[in-house]
Amino acid sequence: MKVTRRRFMQNTAALAALGAAPRWAESADNIKLGSVLDRSGIFDAYGKPMDRAERLAVENINAAGGLNGRMVEIIAYDTQSDMALYTQYSQQLARRDRVDVVHGGILSASREAIRPTLRKNNIPYFYNVLYEGGVCDRNIFCTGITPAQQIEVLIPAAVGRWGKKAYILAADYNYGQITAKWVQHYLEQQGAGAIQTDFFPLDVSDFSATITKIQSAAPDMLISALVGGAHLSFYRQWAATGMNARIPMASTTLGVGNEHIVLTPEEGNGILVAYNYAQSGNSPANQEFLSQWGAKYGAQSVEEIHEIAVSHYQGILLWAEAVRRAGGVERDALITTLESGIQVEGPSGRVTIDPVTHHAVLDVHLMELANQRLKVVESHPQRQPVDTQTVCDLKKNPDDNRQYEIGI
Amino acid sequence: MAQLAVFVLDTLYSVAVLVLISAGLGIIFGMVRVINLAHGEFLVLGGYSAITAHGLGLNIWLSMLVVAPLVVGMFGVVVERLIIRPLYGRLVNTMLATWGLSLVMVGGLNMIFGNTTTGIPLPVGGFSVGGYQVSGYNLLLIVLAALQMFVIWLVLGCTRFGLLACGTMQNASMSAAFGVNSSRVYMLTFACGAALSGLAGGVLAPLIGLTPGGGANYIAKAFITVISGGASVVSGLVASAGLFGTVSQIFTAVATPIAGELALLVVAILLLRALPSGISGRYFRNRI
Repeated sequence: MKVTRRRFMQNTAALAALGAAPRWAESADNIKLGSVLDRSGIFDAYGKPMDRAERLAVENINAAGGLNGRMVEIIAYDTQSDMALYTQYSQQLARRDRVDVVHGGILSASREAIRPTLRKNNIPYFYNVLYEGGVCDRNIFCTGITPAQQIEVLIPAAVGRWGKKAYILAADYNYGQITAKWVQHYLEQQGAGAIQTDFFPLDVSDFSATITKIQSAAPDMLISALVGGAHLSFYRQWAATGMNARIPMASTTLGVGNEHIVLTPEEGNGILVAYNYAQSGNSPANQEFLSQWGAKYGAQSVEEIHEIAVSHYQGILLWAEAVRRAGGVERDALITTLESGIQVEGPSGRVTIDPVTHHAVLDVHLMELANQRLKVVESHPQRQPVDTQTVCDLKKNPDDNRQYEIGI
Repeated sequence: MAQLAVFVLDTLYSVAVLVLISAGLGIIFGMVRVINLAHGEFLVLGGYSAITAHGLGLNIWLSMLVVAPLVVGMFGVVVERLIIRPLYGRLVNTMLATWGLSLVMVGGLNMIFGNTTTGIPLPVGGFSVGGYQVSGYNLLLIVLAALQMFVIWLVLGCTRFGLLACGTMQNASMSAAFGVNSSRVYMLTFACGAALSGLAGGVLAPLIGLTPGGGANYIAKAFITVISGGASVVSGLVASAGLFGTVSQIFTAVATPIAGELALLVVAILLLRALPSGISGRYFRNRI
C-alpha cells in the first residue's frame, strides 16, 4: 500500500480518535472536581487532612445520588509543597483534564499561582483556606476566615489578658507580611502596639538569636504568624528556654497544621488562637462529620482534623449546593447561584457566601491550647468578612481581578 | 552584663553549629581529598537514624550520640568501598559521583520516611542567666563541638592511627612502601568523616524540622566553612567557624536573620579573595 500524505493523515486522525475515545466514554457523565493540594513536603500537615476531607465530602455527595443525577469524580494532584508545580498542575487541570471546578491551594502564594490560569479558562475556583483577605475576583470563592474575622477577635482578647506591648513573628511571604500589618492595625485600635516585627523565610529553623532578641525587648506577649514544618521548631526552642512560662503567646496559624498535637503539652499550653472550627463543637453536623471521618479513616485520625480541612470540606459543600440549585456546572449560572447567598450547615456551623466579596460569613471561636486540645473560651457567631468588604464589590465591579491590601 | 553573656553564648552556639556541620566534610575534603556533595544527606541520615532509634524506644542520648554516628559511619564504609575507592585523585569525578549519591539518598529517604517533617523533642530544659532564659541544649552543643574538635586534634596529633593517616594522605605510595595498608587507612578516615556528619545530624535533629531534602540547607554553609578554613582540619575549621559564626550572629542580633546569612556569605567572599588557600593556608601552616 502506498502511503500518501492524505492516507497518513486519515490514519493518524483515526488513531488519535481511538486513543481519546475511552476517556470520553468513561467520564462523560461525571462532574470533574479538580484538586491541587500539598500532600507531601513541608506543608503536608496542612494538605493531607484537606485531601481526606475532600474525599469524604465527595463520597457523601455521591452516596446521596450525586449532583442532579451526575456523579462527582475527583482529579487530584499532589503539589509537593512546590509552588512551581501549582502552575503546572493547574494548566493540566484546565487544558488536559478539562475539570468543571477546582478546589485547592493552601499557601497564598499557591493561590496566586493558579488563580489567573483558572480565571482565563473560565473554571470556577474555590480557595478554602484561612488567609490574609482582599482577593477580589468574580471567578474565585474564598471560604476560609480572614483577618477581620480572626485577628479582630484574637488581638483584643490577647491585649485584654496580657498587656499592650507585642512582639510579632511572621513568615516572610504575602500571608505573613499582610497578617503582620493586620495585627499591628488591631493592636493600635486597642491602644497597644508592636515593639518589633520579625519576618522569617519558610526554611528558617534556628531561632536562638531571635529568642534572645525577644528577651531583650521584653514584650508583654508574642504574636506568631509562623507557617510550616520548619517554623514549628520556634515553639520547641522557645519552650526549651523556659520562656513560654514568662511571655504568653497568641498565634494566627498554630493549630491549623495540627501543631498542637505535635507539640507536647508543656510546649503548647496556654497559647491563644481564634478559628472558625472547634472540634469540641456539639452541633449535629459536627458530630456526624466526626463519626464519618472516624469510620472512613480510623478513630485515631480524627484528631488530625483541623481548621482548613473543615473549611475545605465546607467549600465543597457550598459548591455542591450551588450546583444542585443551578441545575448544572455551567460557570455563569453557578456563580450567579452562589451569589444568591448560598449557605450550608457545616461542621463549624453556618457558612454563607457573601455575594459582594465571594468570601464567607461564619462563626469564630476564641480558643486556648490545653493538653494538646483546643479549648473554646468565647464564641462570636456569624462574622462578616468586613476587611474584604471595604475594598471589594463584585456587584459593582464584576470585572475586578486583583488582591487588595486592605485599608492599612 | 547578662545581655553580654547571653550574646557570647549565642555566638558560641552559632560557631558550634558551624563546627559540627563542617567537621565531617572537613575530614573528608581536607584529608581524603574527596569533595563530598552528599554531605548534607549524611547529616540528614544521621538525623533520621537518631529519630528512628528514639522512636523504637532507645534512650534519646544513646540515639543521638551513638546510633547516629555509628549508622552513618558504617554507611560511609560502604560508600567508600563501592563508590569512592576507584576515584581517589580524581576530584571532579568524586564530585559527580557523590552528587549522584546525594540524589539517590534523598530519593531513598523519601521512600522510607516520606516527604514530611519529623522531629524529636528537646531532651533538656532551659536555665537563666541574669534576667535571660537560655536553652540548655545550646550550651550542650557548644560543649560537644569543643570536645569533638579536641578529640580530632588528639587523634590526629597524638595517636599512631593519626600519624599513619596524615602520612598516607601526604604520600600514599611512600607510606605503602613502609608497609602501611593505605587502602584501609583511606577507608577508615572516610568512615570517621561520615560518622562525624552523622553525629552532627543526630544532635541537630531536635532543633530542626527534618525532611529528606533538608541537607541542602546546610551543605552551602559547611562548604564555605571548610574551604575558608583551608587545609588544616582542626585549626582552619575552628578559625573559619569562629569568624563566620561571630559575624552572622552580630548581624542577626542588630538586624535580621536574613542579614546574618548575607553577612556570612559576604565575609566568605572577601576572605577567599584575600586568602585563596583559606585561613590555615596563611596562618596555621603545617598544623593539624
